[in-house]
Amino acid sequence: MAEKVVITVLGKDRVGIVAEISGVLYQNNVNILDINQKILGEEIFAMTMLVDISLCKVSFAELKEQLGNKGEEIGLKIVAQHEDIFKFMHRI
Amino acid sequence: MTLEFSAEEILETVEMIEAFNLDVRTVTMGINLQDCAHSDSQKTGEKIRKKITQLAAHLRKDAKDIELKYGIPIVNVRIAVTPVANLLTRPSVDDFLYLAHILDSAAAEVDIDFLGGYSALVQKGFTPTERALIDSIPYALSQTERVCSSVNVASTKAGINMDAVYIMGRTIKETAALSAERDGIGCAKLVVFANAVEDNPFMAGAFHGPGEPEAAINVGVSGPGVIRNVLERMDGASLGEVAEAIKKAAFKITRVGEMVGRELSKRSGVAFGILDISLAPTPAVGDSVADILVKIGVERVGGPGSTAALAMLNDAVKKGGAFASSYVGGLSGAFIPVSEDAGMVRAAAEGWLTLEKLEAMTAVCSVGLDMIAIPGDTTPETISAIIADEMAIGVINNKTTGVRIIPAPNKGPGDWVKFGGLLGEAPILPLKEGKADKFIQRGGRIPAPLQGLNN
Repeated sequence: MAEKVVITVLGKDRVGIVAEISGVLYQNNVNILDINQKILGEEIFAMTMLVDISLCKVSFAELKEQLGNKGEEIGLKIVAQHEDIFKFMHRI
Repeated sequence: MTLEFSAEEILETVEMIEAFNLDVRTVTMGINLQDCAHSDSQKTGEKIRKKITQLAAHLRKDAKDIELKYGIPIVNVRIAVTPVANLLTRPSVDDFLYLAHILDSAAAEVDIDFLGGYSALVQKGFTPTERALIDSIPYALSQTERVCSSVNVASTKAGINMDAVYIMGRTIKETAALSAERDGIGCAKLVVFANAVEDNPFMAGAFHGPGEPEAAINVGVSGPGVIRNVLERMDGASLGEVAEAIKKAAFKITRVGEMVGRELSKRSGVAFGILDISLAPTPAVGDSVADILVKIGVERVGGPGSTAALAMLNDAVKKGGAFASSYVGGLSGAFIPVSEDAGMVRAAAEGWLTLEKLEAMTAVCSVGLDMIAIPGDTTPETISAIIADEMAIGVINNKTTGVRIIPAPNKGPGDWVKFGGLLGEAPILPLKEGKADKFIQRGGRIPAPLQGLNN
């Protein structure tokens, strides 16, 4: 059964963000279900991804750490949260 | 498979957590210890230790896992137990102190932040055992790290036990004296209540009341920063619109708490109790209830308009929360502790906040006079009179009120107390002249008010 996690990426726009992050996901066998990307205001890059971590090679904690490290490396804030929090907060 | 949520919704959630300090302030496991009572206090202690360390063995880890899964910080993990005064059959200060140490070490063993319930409910009168527990409070709070204490001295049904009020005035002074080297920090772990609730997850007043199940998970959510941020975009809006916006934000905050509570309940195998939808501030910048009132439109908290703005905020939070969860309880509303709220501290330092205005505001907030530092030479009688005033507000208005006040040893108006961490720091508030000694020394019980007879 799919275990869905929402990944949010925020920061200054630059070349290759999607490639860098999907690279981390690919290495860990995380399947991307949906991507939504836009530029807020002048240059704030905002991307939301829905991914399935049910076949992920590492624990969720480890995946979060890898994404966090990648974020620091390329100067972006990356947050990964189970999708239930959005369901509870925004859907009755 | 597509995203069911819009990017705006996702970003709103992330922003609430990352930028505006939305957190689950506390998850508290309530544990019934009644079955640990034994005529031999040594045996009682052993049973208590066993029960707490078994039931709460994974509490910290479960909370950590949930924090990780949802990316929502859980700031405190706590335990509330049966009022300890009910666990011994012998009135012995030493036996109670022994239990305090057992509770403290059990709490340390399961790695929780605070344990509440070193408590007695004496609104109508004392048993000798309850007297002994209260006598032990100053020592228990100064000798332990995690144990918190509360004493309920009044209720709308019973009136105000003025003997207990006087004893608590003296107990607060003794507690301050025994922790004098740290500005009387022991008093930060002690609250005096009217109409105490049995399922409140917040300290220092949490206990597991007699109407509660064997064990329960109670959750306290918080989000003053989130509410303040909503108001950032509402300059010029009418108060009706402001109330509506607060309601909606409170709804979302509460939903997060409900989700965390249910998940923790599932993992720990302990029933989900209630969600306390309180706006509880922290000393962190942007996490202030006072700043919300300023955003609503008063110049500084304590100035004219503060009480009305707080009343509206408190009510809007309850309305939003009540729709989000069917099990709202505890002390739901807005807290106005002084030292724990940067905006309140600023207002106190600048002379806007007086004890009298704070007292008026407690008539419409969710708890009472909270984390207020007063001069160290304040007499027990004056402290008792302050308690009596606050208890009267609770009793007459059929609400919970509490007093957590710190007579800072060897300090006076103009000095500061510094507790650090979530307890923060505050200037010492000057008190009005005028002795109430004759009033307090009368003792006895102020009868229950007419609204206590609403059967």
